[in-house]
Amino acid sequence: MALNSLGREIPDSFAGKKLLPYADPWSLQPHAERSTRAIRRLTHNGSKLVGGLRDAIIASGLKDGMTISTHHSLRNGDSLLNDLVREIDALGIRDIKIASSSVHVVHAELIPYIRKGVITGLECGVNGPIGELISKGELDCPVVVRSHGGRARALICGEVPVDVAFLAAPCCDEYGNFNGYYGPSACGSLGYAQVDAQHAHKVVAVTDNLVPFPAVPVGIPQTVVDFVAQVASLGDPKKIVSSTTRITTDPIGLQIAKYAAMVIRASGYVQDGFSFQTGTGGISLAVAEHVRDMMRQGKVKGSFGGGGITGYFVDMLEEGLFEALFDVQCFDLKAVESIGRNRRHQEMTAGTYANPFNCGSVVNRLDCAILSATEIDVDFNVNVNTESMGYLLHNTGGHCDVAAGAKLAIVVAPAIRGRLPIVRDAVTTVTTPGETVGVVVTERGIAVNDRLPELKAELIRMRAPVKDIRQLRDEIYAITGVPRPIEFTDKVVGLIEYRDGSIIDVVRQVRQ
Amino acid sequence: MKIQRKGQAGTMQSSDLMVIVEPADGLVIEIESTVKKQFEHLIRARLEQVLAKHGAEGARISVNDRGALDYAIEARLETALRRAGGLS
Repeated sequence: MALNSLGREIPDSFAGKKLLPYADPWSLQPHAERSTRAIRRLTHNGSKLVGGLRDAIIASGLKDGMTISTHHSLRNGDSLLNDLVREIDALGIRDIKIASSSVHVVHAELIPYIRKGVITGLECGVNGPIGELISKGELDCPVVVRSHGGRARALICGEVPVDVAFLAAPCCDEYGNFNGYYGPSACGSLGYAQVDAQHAHKVVAVTDNLVPFPAVPVGIPQTVVDFVAQVASLGDPKKIVSSTTRITTDPIGLQIAKYAAMVIRASGYVQDGFSFQTGTGGISLAVAEHVRDMMRQGKVKGSFGGGGITGYFVDMLEEGLFEALFDVQCFDLKAVESIGRNRRHQEMTAGTYANPFNCGSVVNRLDCAILSATEIDVDFNVNVNTESMGYLLHNTGGHCDVAAGAKLAIVVAPAIRGRLPIVRDAVTTVTTPGETVGVVVTERGIAVNDRLPELKAELIRMRAPVKDIRQLRDEIYAITGVPRPIEFTDKVVGLIEYRDGSIIDVVRQVRQ
Repeated sequence: MKIQRKGQAGTMQSSDLMVIVEPADGLVIEIESTVKKQFEHLIRARLEQVLAKHGAEGARISVNDRGALDYAIEARLETALRRAGGLS
């Protein structure tokens, strides 16, 4: 056991791997070569079609103990990962690790295969019931939660070697070119899959929409694809992209958005060259609308909107408010439709988006970003991984990457969620270190990190409701009462990896 | 204060609670809550405070809490007690 710099107890090793405790967001330097894979030579010019999923697994040479991956651009509509694991089981293959870019609620179907020993490790974060069961100690499967940038880093550095990547390919030809723009399972950007396509030892494109050669525009090229498999369906299109993402109508959410917009105005960043990222939550979109108004009024020509892209950002691009969009993942149909049509709607890989170990990722070029939170502590540390019962329920996404990269990371959250105080003495789990968070905005006030005294002074001058974060905590506690800490056993069931690979926190089994 | 019949108040909406009061021997409090681990002690304390204030006895109090704040707990319990004939 060692304490990391945030005072979290980190074991020396986990699931056989030695751990490096987190120190700070910036100083860890890589000492590695880029991971390598065997160069292949394919001399035939015919089809790479091998048949269905089972044929592809056999062709890929998947064996006991190997690691597979999928991408999560089909999100909760994905059926590939479930189908894949079912076939792996049917072939009698065991002890497989999953290193997908994310695992969703729909993948609760994997639970029996974890119990059966088909799946024995998760080299990726999880959303939903799998994490809950692991937290309760009812499912034994070590899990390592990584951010989008951290996952790209882990694959690129060879820390997580993927033996076979099975990549959902919404529009694919028989020689392995594919994109995400068209077809019944269109998901738009394939930003996460790009990393696997470049680094997995074997790459299988799995499609439900085989088109005549060539599938253009080429998102992932034939040169990195070993096999093509055909399936009836990759998933449920209704759950792949939501048809609309909406601004909140909740008065508390709207109040938070108004305050967040004041913070953005006070920052002075809204001028020509402005860059901005939000999530898809109703509050984030309400902030985006304020920002759009600010840009219109000031006749501002922004630089780019980044991250996961929604129709709101497409509108801002088409209105000329941004030069470009950098899109790692499309969140709604409007974004999917736009990326296939707009030259300035640029697909980006997860590595380009957020990998800390390269010559500069896109998050480094962000001015302002809106982030969410499950809990925030008085040191501005943020938790998005564990929920009120202490269970691991959410993946990190790009949270800590964006916070580290953006000049100003603004965390928005209601002060209270069903009696739970959101600002508190200590977070259950640290996802994102407070050192990288600029401002916390709740409907009960705005707390500014001490490292931004000028922003704080400007907000006070604007008569914004600025409060010390401890004062904000006390006001919230006065309404909710002081929560009793959740009790955990000593057993570590999961790791929260910081984007650089050091361990910022662990998930312990909840005492029942 | 005697509980004469079953009384119920509240909803299962987030940030609300459902309270059911029934005649029983002694005074029994049962709490289910979405925030049980962090707040059961405070929910129980507030329930006991309200019950004591009205001298309620001979009742089973079943609470299904969805993260309600103290004032909601107080209001729902008082209403349930009234409906159970335990309050005049």
